[in-house]
Amino acid sequence: MTASDHTVAKDAVPPSGGAASTARPSLARRVLSDGFTSWALATPVTLVLAFFLLAPIAMIVAVSFWGSTSFSIYPDFIWDNYDYLLGSSVTYKVFLTTLKFAFMTWIISLVVGFTVAYYLTFHIRSLTWQIALFLLCTIPFWTSNIIRMISWIPFLGRNGIANQTLMDLGFTTEPLEWLLYSEFSVTLAFVHLYTLFMVVPIFNTMMRIDKSLIEAAYDAGASGFQILTNVIIPLCKPGMMIGSIFVVTLVMGDFITVRFMSGSQIANVGRLISNDIALLAYPSAAATAVVLLITVLIMVAVMLRFVDIRKEL
Amino acid sequence: MSDGKRPPSFYVLTAVFALFVLFLYGPTITIGILSFQGPDGGLTFPMRGVSLHWFDQLFQQQAVGDIWGSFRRSFVLGMMVMVTTVVLSVMGGLAFRRRFVGSTVLFYIIIASLVIPSILVSLGVGLLFSQILGWEVHWATSGYGAQLTWTLPFGLLIMFAVFNRFDPSYEEAARDQGANPWQVFRHIVLPLIAPMLIGVALFGFTLSYDEFARTLMTAGSRNTLPLEIYGMTTNVTTPVIYALGTLTTIFSFLVIGTFLVIAVVAQRRRARLASDAGKGMV
Repeated sequence: MTASDHTVAKDAVPPSGGAASTARPSLARRVLSDGFTSWALATPVTLVLAFFLLAPIAMIVAVSFWGSTSFSIYPDFIWDNYDYLLGSSVTYKVFLTTLKFAFMTWIISLVVGFTVAYYLTFHIRSLTWQIALFLLCTIPFWTSNIIRMISWIPFLGRNGIANQTLMDLGFTTEPLEWLLYSEFSVTLAFVHLYTLFMVVPIFNTMMRIDKSLIEAAYDAGASGFQILTNVIIPLCKPGMMIGSIFVVTLVMGDFITVRFMSGSQIANVGRLISNDIALLAYPSAAATAVVLLITVLIMVAVMLRFVDIRKEL
Repeated sequence: MSDGKRPPSFYVLTAVFALFVLFLYGPTITIGILSFQGPDGGLTFPMRGVSLHWFDQLFQQQAVGDIWGSFRRSFVLGMMVMVTTVVLSVMGGLAFRRRFVGSTVLFYIIIASLVIPSILVSLGVGLLFSQILGWEVHWATSGYGAQLTWTLPFGLLIMFAVFNRFDPSYEEAARDQGANPWQVFRHIVLPLIAPMLIGVALFGFTLSYDEFARTLMTAGSRNTLPLEIYGMTTNVTTPVIYALGTLTTIFSFLVIGTFLVIAVVAQRRRARLASDAGKGMV
């Protein structure tokens, strides 16, 4: 009954209306088909991220409640892994160390990254040179991190260049032991690896600052320092935030730099996880991973309050 | 500022910038020099002679393990990830030109993919494959997927930025002249975004080629090059590791150089074939 009604209604559409709708589809149909096209285009990305990001994270959350014996793991719903993790003073110490590295790296890379971006934007006058020097800064980003870490050894080691130079210049008679395999070398490597993540977004926002704003401030009698603090820095905040998100999350999740540059002497959260993985203690590794994930997501959520990424693209 | 005379701060900042560049490249140059260490030399200066001994060692199977096999795997994987990243990023970029149901959620998932620590992806994918699906982890399946979670966000964010600055009037003009959606994409959109796609491809290849943490638990029994190098750091104590480092860095530079040359050529070609509007009758 309804079906035939429907057919009648469809047939009853006057021919002129039909012609008009082929020339210009109705708004509803266009929205529908546009939405459909967008979805069809976004499906592959969604599938990849669903399968290789969301499902694995769900898997980690699930496994963090599993039980384990010394040679196997089994599905369960127990809080033992979290009890053990959160009841151990080592956990807090390690999280504190991780946060300290994140904070140190963040401060140093922010200052260095801002200075480099400022120099490229305001002191280099030709666009060609700006691009060339910018590329010079970004090329190391496309080379191997592990190799870049290894590269510090002949530099910082006991008989390394730094110690030789310091002794030749008479600053010290004994080689400095704290240059390599120390908090210093870990932080140095972090800054070395990740400052580019600060330079690029800050340079990007800085290049978009309308130079007439600076002229205006100058004409209004502002000193160079006042222009920096009252005009340039506020306008660069989005870039600084995006850079900070990169640097902080990279350092928080790292395990290889700390392992390598501390000579396995310093523990951070990532190493806690990777050590558990090496011992096949997956439930314990998963619980630590969940706590790390929550920590990182809270930090990112806070930083995202200061910047609208969609607007900055 | 525009009177041509440099302020004193220019010279200070130039020195700072030069130090920064030295900081970036100094260590790499150092191991570049040390990789030519003589056969009796160690991991630090002084140089005990100059030789190609350590490069030669790279070709001795027993000295370093399967580095050429791992290089081949890394190269193939890099190519796979690069092609996938370019295609999916363009599709995603096109999708996000309109708001669609769920676009905000998907956007934040993409951001999450960028900020979630690599080791979590590695652990999660490894567990998913071994515990639930019962599949063996392999660099070309689990490793490939895990790397995409790192390269796709970069590719997508670049494409979002590209399409935010994209002038839709070119497409409208083509449509007015009767082009179908595929023709509009093939003849209008694609040539206009091509230079940026080279950038996306560069990200896709190099991030995959150098990826370590996400591949650690997802590559299976056959190592990629970074995993092989990582293994070497624990048991190789000779400059052979510098020789390998120098070679991979040179390879990276060649890859970057190739992409830059392609980008410059594409840019020139586009400038040469640019609009003839305003030049009178053709």
